[in-house]
Amino acid sequence: METIFKRPESLTDAQFSYCPGCTHGIVHRLIAETLDELGVEGTTVGVAPVGCSVLAYDFFACDMVQAAHGRAPAVATALKRTLPGNVVFAYQGDGDLASIGMAETVHAASRGERITIIFINNAIYGMTGGQMAPTSLPAQVTQTSPYGRDVAADGYPIRVCEMLSTLDGVALAQRVSVDTPRNVRAAKKAIKKAFEYQVDDVGYTIIEVVSTCPTNWGLSPSDALQWLRDNLLPYYPLGVYRDVKADGYANVAEAALARAEALAAEVAGPAAAPAATPAPAAATAGTKGGADNG
Amino acid sequence: MSEKVLMKGNEALAEAAIRAGCRSFFGYPITPQTEVAAYMAKRMPKEGGIYLQAESEVAAINMVYGASAAGARVMTSSSSPGISLKGEGISYMAGADLPGVIINVQRGGPGLGGIQPSQADYFQATKATGHGDFHLIVLAPSTVQEMADTVYDAFDLADTYRTPVMILADGMLGQMMEPVVLPERKTEFTPKPWAVTGTKGKRPHNVITSLHLQPEDLERTNIERYERYDRIKATEQRAEEYLTEDADIVLVAFGATSRIARSAVNKARAAGIKAGLIRPITLWPFPTDAINRAAETASAFLTVEMNMGQMVEDVRLTVCGKKPVEFFGRAGGIIPTPAETLTVIERIAADLAGGAN
Repeated sequence: METIFKRPESLTDAQFSYCPGCTHGIVHRLIAETLDELGVEGTTVGVAPVGCSVLAYDFFACDMVQAAHGRAPAVATALKRTLPGNVVFAYQGDGDLASIGMAETVHAASRGERITIIFINNAIYGMTGGQMAPTSLPAQVTQTSPYGRDVAADGYPIRVCEMLSTLDGVALAQRVSVDTPRNVRAAKKAIKKAFEYQVDDVGYTIIEVVSTCPTNWGLSPSDALQWLRDNLLPYYPLGVYRDVKADGYANVAEAALARAEALAAEVAGPAAAPAATPAPAAATAGTKGGADNG
Repeated sequence: MSEKVLMKGNEALAEAAIRAGCRSFFGYPITPQTEVAAYMAKRMPKEGGIYLQAESEVAAINMVYGASAAGARVMTSSSSPGISLKGEGISYMAGADLPGVIINVQRGGPGLGGIQPSQADYFQATKATGHGDFHLIVLAPSTVQEMADTVYDAFDLADTYRTPVMILADGMLGQMMEPVVLPERKTEFTPKPWAVTGTKGKRPHNVITSLHLQPEDLERTNIERYERYDRIKATEQRAEEYLTEDADIVLVAFGATSRIARSAVNKARAAGIKAGLIRPITLWPFPTDAINRAAETASAFLTVEMNMGQMVEDVRLTVCGKKPVEFFGRAGGIIPTPAETLTVIERIAADLAGGAN
C-alpha cells in the first residue's frame, strides 16, 4: 500500500508537550515538512525560545539551540554568520519576540540577517499561565489585565509584521493563521517561501502565525479557533506585508536602494527629480496588507 | 619568535586573540575598551572573520552564545556596566557548557560610575557574574605582554573545560603602551563534536541548552560542572611570587595594582622591611596554594586593590585567621601610589614590631 501521509523526517519521535487544541503542533509540522521538502534538515540549526515552545529542541530533528528569553534573533544571527552555508531559523512566541526580545527582533530584521523567524502570536503568555502579552487585544482579560487590557495604561497591541515591513533588511514579512485547512495550506506556502528566500540569500524573513491558546483563553479548542477569527484576525489581518521579490527585486539590497532613491527623489521634489531611477512600478503594487495571503 | 612591538594593551589583546584562532567578535561601544572593538573591526575582515557591532551588550553576549554553539572561537569585550548586562548570557553559556572569552576592561562603579581604571568588578567576576551555581575562569593580566598572553591562553582554557573565561583587565592596562612579543598563530584546536553545525544526516541532533526541568537532572549537571571546577582549581591556579620566601609582610595584588604593590615592596625592602608580593594571575581559581604557603612563613598580609576591599575577602578565607590580613585600596578610578602603599606597609611593620615587644 502506498504511504500518503507520514511523520516528517525533520521531527523526532518525541511526543509534543503542547495542550490540546494548541496550534504549535501544526506549525511544527509545517516547518518540518518544509525542511524535508527543501532537503535541508541536515544543514539546519533551529533556535528554541523561552515560552511554551522552549522544548522545541526535543521535537525538531535538526541541530537545535535553546536561547535566553527574547534573544533568539541574536543567537540565530551568530549561528548564521558562523555557518553561512546552513539554514538557521528561530521559533518565538509573542512575549519572547515582541516584548523582552523586541530590540533583538528589530535589529536582526534591520541588518537583513539571512535567518527565518517563525512568530507564534496568540496574544498571551502561555507557559507562565496566561499573562498580558504585547499583542493582547484592547480589553482582553488576562491574569495580569484582570479588568481587561486598558490601552490608556497598558498601551496598544503591537502589529509586528506591519512594523517590521518598514525595515530595509526584511525580504518577507507575512501573517498567516492555521485555523482552517485552507489557511494551513497558505501558512505552509508562506513558511516554505521564507526558507526558500533564506536559501536564496534574499534577506530576513518572518512568518507570523496568528495562533490560539485554548488553555489560557479558557476556551475549548474549537471555540478558541472561532475567538481567533472573531477577534484576532480583524486586529491582525492576514497578508503579505513585505515581499521584495514580489516587488520586483532580487534581494533586500536592491529593494533598499530603490526605496532610498525614491525617497530622495520625493524630498527633492518634482522639479529636481532626475528622470532616471524611478522606483519600479511593482515596488508600490506588490506588497500590501490585507487579504493577499498567497 | 615574533619581533617586539610597541602596542596599546587593548590592541595587543585583540591581536593575540586573532592569533589564538578567534574569528568571531561581537561587541558594543563602551569606554575604556573601545580600542578592542575598533581593532577587531579593522582586522577581522582581513582574516575572513566576523566582526559585528551588536545592538546591545545583551545581544552581543547572546551572539557569543550562538557562535560558540556553532563551534567558533569567539570573544566579546566590554567594560563594567556592560558586563552587568552580559550577566544573563554568561550564565546561559555556563549552563550550556559553552566556551567563549569575555573581556572586562574595568572602570569605576557602581552604576555609570566613571571611566577611570578600577578593580571593583572582582566580586562580580569571581563570585556571581550571573544567576545560578557557576564560575568562570578569570585571568588578570598586569602588563601589555600579559594582555596578549592571557587572552591567548584563555581560548584554550575555555575549550578544554567548556566554560566561559573572563579577562579582568582595567582601563590602565587597556590604554597603556608597552613593548610586546605577540604569540605565534595557533593552528591546532580542540575538536568540538558537540557543536551545532548541522547533522548532515550522519548523527543524532546536537542540542545546546541550559534547561533541565527534572531537578535530579539539573542537580546532576551542577555536580558534574563542579567536579570540573575542582579539576580547574587543582591544575590551573596561577600566581607570581616576588620576594615571598623570607617576607614578613606579604602583599597580595593583581592587575595594574600589582605593579604599584611591587614598587612599594621594593621601597619597603630598601627601608629594611621584609616585604613580598603574591600576584594572582588566576582570580578564579584563586591561587590558594601560593597564599597558603605564604601563610606558613609570613606574619601579615596586605591586599592592595582599586576598590573598597574585595579580593581581601578571598585572602582572609584562605588564610583562615592564621595571620592578620589588611586591606589598602583606592576607589572611583584613583590609582593608589607606591608611596601611600609604603606608608601602610610601614604601619603594619610597626604594629608587628610592637606586638613582638
